[in-house]
Amino acid sequence: MSILVQSNTKVLVQGITGSFGAKHAQLSLDYGTRIVAGVTPGKGGQQFEHNGHKVPIFDTVADAVRETGATASAVFVPPPFAADAILEGADAGLTLVVAITEGIPVNDMIRVKRAMEGKSTRLVGPNCPGVVTPGEGRDSQGGCRIGIAPGYIHKKGHIGVVSRSGTLTYEAVFQLTARGVGQSTCVGIGGDPVNGTSHLDVIRMFMADPDTHGIIMIGEIGGSAEEEAAEWIARNGTKPVAGFIAGATAPPGRRMGHAGAIVSGGKGTAKAKIDAFRMAGIGISPTPSDMAATLLKMM
Amino acid sequence: MNIHEYQAKQLLKQFGVAVPSGDPCKTLAEVRAAAERLFASGHKLAVVKSQIHAGGRGKGTFKHGFQGGVKLARSVDEVVAFAENMLGKVLVTKQTGPEGRQVQTLLVAAAETIKKEFYIAVLLDREKSRPVIMASTEGGVDIEEVAEKSPEKILKEWVDPAVGLQAFQCRKIASGLGLKGDLFNAACKLVAGVYKTWWECDASMVEINPLCIVEGPGGKENIMAVDAKIGLDDNALYRHKDIQEMRDLAEESPLEVEASKFNLNYIKLDGNIACLVNGAGLAMATMDIIQHFGGSPANFLDVGGGASKDQVSAAFKIILGDPGVKGILVNIFGGIMDWNVIATGIVAAVRETGLKLPLVVRLEGNNVLAGKQTLKDSGLTLISGDSMADAARKVVAAVNTH
Repeated sequence: MSILVQSNTKVLVQGITGSFGAKHAQLSLDYGTRIVAGVTPGKGGQQFEHNGHKVPIFDTVADAVRETGATASAVFVPPPFAADAILEGADAGLTLVVAITEGIPVNDMIRVKRAMEGKSTRLVGPNCPGVVTPGEGRDSQGGCRIGIAPGYIHKKGHIGVVSRSGTLTYEAVFQLTARGVGQSTCVGIGGDPVNGTSHLDVIRMFMADPDTHGIIMIGEIGGSAEEEAAEWIARNGTKPVAGFIAGATAPPGRRMGHAGAIVSGGKGTAKAKIDAFRMAGIGISPTPSDMAATLLKMM
Repeated sequence: MNIHEYQAKQLLKQFGVAVPSGDPCKTLAEVRAAAERLFASGHKLAVVKSQIHAGGRGKGTFKHGFQGGVKLARSVDEVVAFAENMLGKVLVTKQTGPEGRQVQTLLVAAAETIKKEFYIAVLLDREKSRPVIMASTEGGVDIEEVAEKSPEKILKEWVDPAVGLQAFQCRKIASGLGLKGDLFNAACKLVAGVYKTWWECDASMVEINPLCIVEGPGGKENIMAVDAKIGLDDNALYRHKDIQEMRDLAEESPLEVEASKFNLNYIKLDGNIACLVNGAGLAMATMDIIQHFGGSPANFLDVGGGASKDQVSAAFKIILGDPGVKGILVNIFGGIMDWNVIATGIVAAVRETGLKLPLVVRLEGNNVLAGKQTLKDSGLTLISGDSMADAARKVVAAVNTH
């Protein structure tokens, strides 16, 4: 098993004809992911072709879902239209919407999050690298790759990875794979202050997944999502968790690349998060180079 | 993006929030005209306020020795005399650092007779993913201190984005501040206006401290934003052309302005080891690991997920624009990006800039072998690191012995 997506998950791509969406749809097809539909308003009826794959394009997500049975989507739509695209996915009854788009206004996400309350659709992101459940083939091919992560660094296995940062996720995955240790699922939850899925949401799924035996949780300055997850782990954790927090050297009051990575009013510091990890018995990786080693030492 | 106090007040005024009358002035002639208007309309006291994006202006000192970035004046001549000591001069406050900021604009406004000071702000509550209005009877002081010592003195109202701010929520805040009668009604209107400013402008924060009960001519009381601070969501600026024009490049670090032209995320720090990284999380982590091994990062620099040769080249020039830099660490996890493209960019940038400083490159990812070959063939002297830790140790050692 795994969480969120399996190798047979049927995926559609919103914004498949844009350059960014098209490139990553191709990489996902090469990885062996079942990309069954694309959505670009006005291009319904056309096909997205790549290496012998012919992916039908639809005008609406609802059409794509009805015709292909897709249950998950990757959103590559530009920021001004991304909130609408996410809500269209939820309206069409998708189980999972993964929003890759970076730069969505916070107020748009506040409304999206409110509108999705009580709906069965889970949103991951925005401003995230996406979700990968590695497959059994060479370079982990045959898995489900939704988003922009490099597929080949993965390996099928039993470690869950959750992070707000894309490249730090890759770093952790790379360290694991280099040691011959595979991953159940890797989830990038995104660097924005308002996102669909929190660290805690993913941690709960990993704890409930019999195929996940250990977890790497990567956080960064800003907000209190890491503390919230740590508190829950302290009470309910059943599997080893190693963690790293980025931004100990970041100056307060400055946004460090991610819209959500900011220490303001003394809140969201790396120290507070590391203290919360320590209290919860989470293994602290002293540097970003030691994430895999720290977890493996605990297992 | 941050804006000046006078700009924040212009926005608030558009949404029905009362502010003291006044004008921004860039020249002494404008200062005199603004002061004349104020005194002619019956005001007995004016305030001259330095407009810089930093707090602590009142207690600040100008580099030429003049005390105070905010001054009260009783006549037109006094206003102009103060302005002569402030306009074009460099003000140092506890938030500007020792280099200070040049004052290019003064706000010349009516100095109201303040009867009582409150606090009000709107910001995002990240835990609830909703806007929260915070108000307190403890105004004019450090609100973080109030929040810590007496959190019961802070009123909070969360706004449901599905229906927007409701009138009863404004009444709860006005009542919580202990206001009655006309002032109660004025405060309700003000709370609604402050929230509307936050929402309509896509602000990340609107803070009014102090919010004041002032006594106007004839003893009539009103409630006004005597100071104001607004931060804006950069992601939403595309839909606010008017607010984009409020950007003051003079308030930003020149290297940061230059970096933004190339879509590079650069923040200058005080250390001596520059870093060039892809991804915000990895960029922060790279700063952290430099410090972990005893070094000091000179900057945060995220070249983004799909950096081109030109961006890598621009990034090199920007980090070398900081004279404090004594060594460079390039940490790029080439996931999708082809490392050979990055290596070509590095070689071009090193040649172009005639780099003499130690350069440590950590190579990992896609097509890394071709990238290593390109670096080797270039004949450049650079140090390669096998892991982040290895690269960080090497750059710290190189800077210490260089």
